[in-house]
Amino acid sequence: MRSLLDPTAHLRTLGALASSGDPLFVHGLNWQVWLIVAIKVLVAFSALLVSVMLMIWFERKVISDMQSRIGPNRAGPWGLLQTMADGIKLFFKEDLLPERADSFVFKLAPYLSLIPALLIFTVVPVGGVITVGSHTFELQVADPPIGILFVLAMSSIAVYGVMLAGWSSGSKYPLLGSVRASAQMISYEAALGMTVVTVVLISGSLSTRAIVDSQAAAFWDWNLIRLGFLPFIFFMIAITAELTRPPFDLTEAESELVGGFHTEYSSIRFALFFLAEFMNTITMSAVVVTLFFGGPDGPIPRFIPTAEIWMPVVWFLLKVLVFLFIYVWFRAALPRFRYDQLMDLGWKRLIPMTLGWLMIVAAIVVWHWWGLLVAVGVVAAAVLLNRAFAVGATREEEHAILPPVGQRVWALSASDSGSDVDAERGDEGGPR
Amino acid sequence: MRVALLIASASLHGGIAMPHIAYLAILPEIVMLGGAILLLAVASLVRSALNVTVITVSTLVISLASLAAALWQFFDVQSHGAYTTLDHAVVLDGFSVLVTVLVASAMALTALVGDGYQRREGLAGPEFNVLAMVSATGAMLMGEANDLVIVFLGLEILSIALYVLAAFNRRRAESGEAALKYFLLGGFSSAIFVYGIALTYGATGTTNLTQIADFLAKNVVVSDGLLLAGLTLLLVGFAFKVAAVPFHMWTPDVYQGSPTPITGFMSAVAKAAGFAALIRVFVSSFGVLRVDWQPIIYALAVVTLLVGAVLALIQTDIKRMLAYSSINHAGFVLLGLEAAGALGKVGARGVSSALYYLFAYTFMAIGSFAIVSVLGGRGDAAHEISNYKGLGKRQPFLALAFAVLLLSQAGAPFTTGFWAKLQVVAAAVDANSVPLAVIAMVSAAVAAFFYLRVVLLMYSPKKFVSDQEGDRLENLDASGDAVASTSAREPLWSGSGRQTALVNELNATLLLESSPETIEVPDEREGDVVNVPVLAVVAIGICIAVTVGFGVFPAPLADFAHKASLLFMP
Amino acid sequence: MTLTLLAAGGATIPDIIVFAVSAAVIIMGAFGVVTSRNPVHAALSLVMTLFGVAVLFIEQDANFLAAVQVIVYAGAIVVLFLFVIMFLGVDRRENIEAEPLVGQRPLALIFVGVAVASLVALLVSSHWVTGAHGVVGPINGSVNPGSPGAPSGEVAQLGKQLFTTYLFAFEATAALLVIAVVGAVVLARRERRDLEKPSVESPDDEPSSDSSEKEVLR
Repeated sequence: MRSLLDPTAHLRTLGALASSGDPLFVHGLNWQVWLIVAIKVLVAFSALLVSVMLMIWFERKVISDMQSRIGPNRAGPWGLLQTMADGIKLFFKEDLLPERADSFVFKLAPYLSLIPALLIFTVVPVGGVITVGSHTFELQVADPPIGILFVLAMSSIAVYGVMLAGWSSGSKYPLLGSVRASAQMISYEAALGMTVVTVVLISGSLSTRAIVDSQAAAFWDWNLIRLGFLPFIFFMIAITAELTRPPFDLTEAESELVGGFHTEYSSIRFALFFLAEFMNTITMSAVVVTLFFGGPDGPIPRFIPTAEIWMPVVWFLLKVLVFLFIYVWFRAALPRFRYDQLMDLGWKRLIPMTLGWLMIVAAIVVWHWWGLLVAVGVVAAAVLLNRAFAVGATREEEHAILPPVGQRVWALSASDSGSDVDAERGDEGGPR
Repeated sequence: MRVALLIASASLHGGIAMPHIAYLAILPEIVMLGGAILLLAVASLVRSALNVTVITVSTLVISLASLAAALWQFFDVQSHGAYTTLDHAVVLDGFSVLVTVLVASAMALTALVGDGYQRREGLAGPEFNVLAMVSATGAMLMGEANDLVIVFLGLEILSIALYVLAAFNRRRAESGEAALKYFLLGGFSSAIFVYGIALTYGATGTTNLTQIADFLAKNVVVSDGLLLAGLTLLLVGFAFKVAAVPFHMWTPDVYQGSPTPITGFMSAVAKAAGFAALIRVFVSSFGVLRVDWQPIIYALAVVTLLVGAVLALIQTDIKRMLAYSSINHAGFVLLGLEAAGALGKVGARGVSSALYYLFAYTFMAIGSFAIVSVLGGRGDAAHEISNYKGLGKRQPFLALAFAVLLLSQAGAPFTTGFWAKLQVVAAAVDANSVPLAVIAMVSAAVAAFFYLRVVLLMYSPKKFVSDQEGDRLENLDASGDAVASTSAREPLWSGSGRQTALVNELNATLLLESSPETIEVPDEREGDVVNVPVLAVVAIGICIAVTVGFGVFPAPLADFAHKASLLFMP
Repeated sequence: MTLTLLAAGGATIPDIIVFAVSAAVIIMGAFGVVTSRNPVHAALSLVMTLFGVAVLFIEQDANFLAAVQVIVYAGAIVVLFLFVIMFLGVDRRENIEAEPLVGQRPLALIFVGVAVASLVALLVSSHWVTGAHGVVGPINGSVNPGSPGAPSGEVAQLGKQLFTTYLFAFEATAALLVIAVVGAVVLARRERRDLEKPSVESPDDEPSSDSSEKEVLR
């Protein structure tokens, strides 16, 4: 607004938007720059789609191995084309619109799920800096000065897809699934944000490129080690919950909710959700690698002098692969959380712990010995908090109509026994 | 400062120079907020629910500590002069000290009144007092803010806590309704206020009050639409908070629906804080624009005075009546503000008179609402004015106390109310606003009518009670018996024997005047005699002591207000 | 090579295009909020408006503000709205033809017209001095050019402002958040039944019911 109305405004070009980061825009915009950007977008987009295809195959294969099955092995070599076949099948299925659905929102929701998943990948650095002709550019689609905030923003937008899908279906199970999902995502976003802040504190920048650069020296400079492992663990937990992947996949718990928020979806719209889910897994693995494992940085960098362009990319892909495997492993090995456990873990454990660690890191950044002092303070606060939780729990028990979820002893039926006691308790209106 | 330097020197990127912090300037807030949070934390750490006594005592200690800090500030300001700190975000001057003293005292009194209320209504937990204390912190912030952002934050802290407090007794439907009304309208007015800040920032390039004044002193704003729009929106935000007509719509409903001790707190603290910030912003920052804002204040004062007084006449609920009377009082304070727009000594006198009025009003309002709270009975519902019929016979001390407070509100001589009204009217006359002063006098006369109506009702003999009314009173008598029988279990103040004598003593010492016939022990209960908690008696006693004491010897308080009126000016 | 097609006001063509598109999005969203019959659609329109504003922020080089706008408003507040709408089941279509207060609609229209007109008048006629005092240095420039490690850019400037000029405001916000949380908990807390009926802590029949339940289980 100001630049339009204020005649004294300084010259602003779109190039100035990213001038603090991307070297591509240093000399302004011309057709070559446009071309490079377009190529980057196209490459990233298609690579992401292909990798989703492979990821689905990979997941099915690995899980099969872990469960002593063979898994897909018909379409293509080692069943590689199985996903493609499934996709084609889905594409030709009938696209159902439930009668009570809100058709506009119902159709909108899959895209709201997919687009944030795609966009997050744009800020992930997949390689180093290359120079082609007079143009130097980074191997990442975009490098905005607020890169990591962009990731957070997009992951909070992803909630909409899930939420609206469940609501617009006009059906009970999807609604329950979506309410669960959005509550879960919002709950873990706080912990996620605070771990990201620890990374930002030590890197001194919000730009993903700068975060990667600050870890570039050798593997002991990776944030994983610099921040003392814990933030990484917190981040992994939070991100897994954010992705609603096992063991946090309550949102699509088949035994309770049929299929979760996308129960009513079919055909290509269902495929879009599926795509978004796996794409999110991949991009979030890439974000983990960026934040904690030096991104495209190798453990001993540049030991093959001729491979300066490709080696970082290879390192990046290898690291991402490790995390993809870990996610599959989670799914094969871990049982699903109960909903109250999930919320307890998020609010009562993860958020205080991330906050405590954030304070310690901040104090250490300011002055080492302060760190020690704050650490003592954090431990004391943790003890007090635990005490408060314990007290709160006993008070709950005293006043609860029902015992806490974990300790319920279910009578077969209240009406069966027919005793006066039960009748009296029924009068109190507590759900039995 | 030493600590700040340490951080600056050790930080990674060359560092930023932290502003100097004079902790004395924010000590009362730190004590109040820190105490509140500590109380909350302790309550969550002990296994059994905290006793109401423990909570009340700790609240009292915290409030009094805050008050002591404010007095320390007062002596510091007297000896070293006013100053700003925290990069000019906060100012410590006589004005802020007086507001802090007011708020801290109001908090202590509310804790005293709230004790009995919480016991009677069976409200457990420290949240009642904690919310009130945080609200008080917000009020203090508003009093000493030197930045519009701080004013806004203080306003929000004050208001959000009050929204919740208004809804605190969730067994009463009116309480929820009041809170919802207050919240919606309050949120709306806050939005308007922020818009005002934004426009002011756009016009002056800063939110700091000192810098705004500086900017306006050095520059002539030719196209000043933006500035005036900002000013107006700020005024609307404040006018809502202090319940000036036409932004008063929420007041009767909210005052009626809120728990009565909170109504007292709200009427005193929100009004004091709102006016404090209003005066500081308008006089010290926008003093240059006085030609623009004085007429608006003039008009506001006129309608506020008249509407408050006239509508109070037709109320049947004592809390609603007091709500309209508080609107009327707001009009009087606006009178002082209008005078404060004048230049030089006259303006200072306006500020001083407004402060004096706020001080007097705080104690009158809390005292009145304390009595209403006590008389409200279990459920906090018996607030019909007709219930007060014959109170002078049933509970002479309570009736006398109420009469004194109401007369003070009406402006009877030998009370602070009289001096307060005298001062603002005199200030208005000094500022050449004679018509306004006349209107104020008229409204005071109208207001005296509805105050006296209640007083007369209290002392009206029982024979005026119609037969139906008599039957009702009989029934109430029975229920009064029931209350008395339960009083053995509850540590409440019952009206019998030895205890009544104690009340007499208390009242006799606290009231400087006490007529012999009222010291009589009441014979048999004739109406619904309520139990008067001893702490409420103390609170009412203090309010009356202040009202009458400074009414008889007005000099010290006037001196205090005068010292406080010397606003910190850049 | 910069884009040399500078418009008269110093804005480039892409600037104008971005502004026009996002302004259209904002206005469409705003109309959607007030005209939607369905609360969910209204909330979605609100998201649209917020996104448009975020884009305008980016155009003004306020990247951080844009991100915060999306994270806080679109990501948290409107999600909360939707949550409440879904949970309370108030997501039915409203009859917006019905007027609860007679004459409210034309009055509102008049009021809005006056407000918009006066805002435009203010924009055009007034002198804005925004940023005259508050800003430490030019955005996207180094705050402290002398030292090589000095933070630059708007985030650093925001941080600097936050810990100098607005330090106290920052701290006071903490109090505001605390009281908001406490207030929310107080209001949302379930009413304890036993307060209405004093001393029903251990009724005699309680243990027997427990044992009977256990017996049933056995």
